[in-house]
Amino acid sequence: MSELHTDTVDRTIDRSQMKVSDEIAIEIVGMNKWYGTFHVLRDINLTVNRGERIVICGPSGSGKSTLIRCINALEEHQQGSIVVDGTLLSNDLKNIDRIRSEVGMCFQHFNLFPHLTILENCTLAPIWVRKTPKREAEETAMYFLEKVKIPEQADKYPGQLSGGQQQRVAIARSLCMRPRIMLFDEPTSALDPEMIKEVLDTMIQLAEEGMTMLCVTHEMGFARQVANRVIFMADGQIVEQNEPEEFFLNPQSDRTKQFLSQILGH
Amino acid sequence: MSETHSHSASYVRREMLPQQDPPALQTGAVKWLRENLFSGWLNTILTILSIFVVYWVLAHILPWMLGGIWTADSLTECREIRDQLYGEGGREVACWAVLVDRWHQLLFGFYPDDSYWRPILSLIVFGAAVAPVLYESVSRKLLLLTPLAPFIIFWLLWGGTIWGPLAVLAGFVLGWAVFRFGEPVIGSLGATLAAILVPILYWLFAAGPIASGLSSALPIGIESVPSDDFGGFMLALVIGIAGIVLSLPLGIVLALGRQSDLFIVNKFSVIFIEVIRGVPLIVWLFTASLLLNYFLPPGTNFDLMLRVIIMVTLFSSAYIAEVVRGGLAALPRGQYEGADSLGLDYWQSMRLVILPQALKISIPGIVSTFIGLFKDTTLVVFIGLLDPIGFSNSIRASTDWNGVYWELFIFIGLCFFICCFSMSRYSQFLERKLRTDHR
Ligand SMILES: Nc1ncnc2c1ncn2[C@@H]1O[C@H](COP(=O)(O)OP(=O)(O)O)[C@@H](O)[C@H]1O
Ligand SMILES: [Mg+2]
Repeated sequence: MSELHTDTVDRTIDRSQMKVSDEIAIEIVGMNKWYGTFHVLRDINLTVNRGERIVICGPSGSGKSTLIRCINALEEHQQGSIVVDGTLLSNDLKNIDRIRSEVGMCFQHFNLFPHLTILENCTLAPIWVRKTPKREAEETAMYFLEKVKIPEQADKYPGQLSGGQQQRVAIARSLCMRPRIMLFDEPTSALDPEMIKEVLDTMIQLAEEGMTMLCVTHEMGFARQVANRVIFMADGQIVEQNEPEEFFLNPQSDRTKQFLSQILGH
Repeated sequence: MSETHSHSASYVRREMLPQQDPPALQTGAVKWLRENLFSGWLNTILTILSIFVVYWVLAHILPWMLGGIWTADSLTECREIRDQLYGEGGREVACWAVLVDRWHQLLFGFYPDDSYWRPILSLIVFGAAVAPVLYESVSRKLLLLTPLAPFIIFWLLWGGTIWGPLAVLAGFVLGWAVFRFGEPVIGSLGATLAAILVPILYWLFAAGPIASGLSSALPIGIESVPSDDFGGFMLALVIGIAGIVLSLPLGIVLALGRQSDLFIVNKFSVIFIEVIRGVPLIVWLFTASLLLNYFLPPGTNFDLMLRVIIMVTLFSSAYIAEVVRGGLAALPRGQYEGADSLGLDYWQSMRLVILPQALKISIPGIVSTFIGLFKDTTLVVFIGLLDPIGFSNSIRASTDWNGVYWELFIFIGLCFFICCFSMSRYSQFLERKLRTDHR
């Protein structure tokens, strides 16, 4: 269990802003989803308060991606309700676009737009969705690019950047919409080891500022340092959830124990 | 491998070598020749064989072309001059005089010859209007001309009162105004519908009377030229350019329709594309020239050329749709999701994220379709329009030039080749310009 004690960043984490409020950011009640006849998500109940940092883990194919993609309606669910930021997810397109502009998302493969420069990637949605004037959008974009430490790449194209840099741009691009919630779907799984750290560092910085975050990740160091709740999924269900220390040191279900022993090595 | 890491001194260079020129046989023309033409005995034989073939072809064609006769009034005169120059039965030479005599027909058909400036000016206007679209370095101010160009060109080519095109143009302005001022009141869906319906009603009922009223009050106009007088290469250009300009947007819409989840839109696009593609263009052209008369209300005189343009447009838009669909399918799903997750709506994500990339992938296919369309305009000869091929027939039918083939076809071929080759070069330029992946 040595990896449990390796920290993701060497510095001490500033927890002064990391406060969980009573306000509810996301509420999922009795949610079910099928792909055809395949029951991917089974009776999911999950409440996320504002300021919470939740890590979702579980074996591949357990429905982690599907769950967080339901939250911004990239996948539609068939039963139950999802309320994001006080808005009930329905089929209304206006409603969906509104929720998506409030919820940022980072993907495993970044999904930057290769035909636009880094700066244009970051200003596209603010200009067209928020109707921000171009100058202002560019200033915001530069602010966030500085934050993720790549302002000097602003005029390059995504294809010219390393994977870690691209993922940080993707984070900056989401932040430019000033989201109240951030979703991460295995943001470091497609990266080389030396780049994982720079991305995690950016995510930790975000957590320190009090962002509400849902991260699907297998970076257990990150979970231990930053998360205030770890959720374990298997077979489309939430099998266990607990505070990180408890989750790692004292797992309850057999599935969790088995998973942890695999992922943490022997 | 291990040697490079070993510490045995013999493998380690102590003084650095200065930069040296590569061996003479490895550079420049010699190297190129060796690598590309004489790299092996098979290659060497092929090289010699090709040189011989090229020589043989040129040896026959060049004297024929260069020795051509430029001044004569008929083919018989041409032959007399030839016999004088080279002796009877000496050598065959081209009779370019036919081009000198008839170039205006090959290019302009029966267009009145004191008005040739009008198609030429139209071409210039067209060039100026597309230049800012094709090249970023061209002044953006020219973009103001782009939406007006179709009306200017239409007026220049067909002539007549200026109020006709202006009245049609006013319909677009009307539609824009209805949308602009209607949207805050009746919402965007209602405003869109109104912005489509109001101009259509206006064109059907108001535009005609307004235009004729204005033209009788204020007769400004140029001599009107009926479509029947259009011909030659100009006809091919008008049909080709109109078809190209109109079929691209229509094809994109059809491609999006074929991808759509909306049942009706999807099925309509699929059926449209399959039916149009499944039937030869010539059949559609005959449909345009014969059948449409039965369907249109009696007495409507729907210009044949306009019908041909519509058919050619529909035909190539079906091909464009399939080419663009290929581009859309080639994009990773992550691009759609990336755009969605940022809150862009369907049209925004299509216009800003998906289509720019899909179209970039489809450029070679789109340009091939355009080139095909442009060359297919020669098919209109079968429904009685006098395109360049049609004119070559009628020129040959005259007693003066009976028997002239190659000279005319070479000229026509050259005209088409210049246009098609420029399109092809432009597409390569565009592909290079849009390459941002830096692989
Ligand atoms: N579009 C789809 N159609 C059908 N099945 C899918 C689709 N996407 C995912 N699945 C299935 O749903 C299950 C959960 O997938 P996913 O949420 O991606 O898992 P995870 O992210 O936990 O690895 C998997 O078994 C996967 O095969
Ligand atoms: Mg996944």
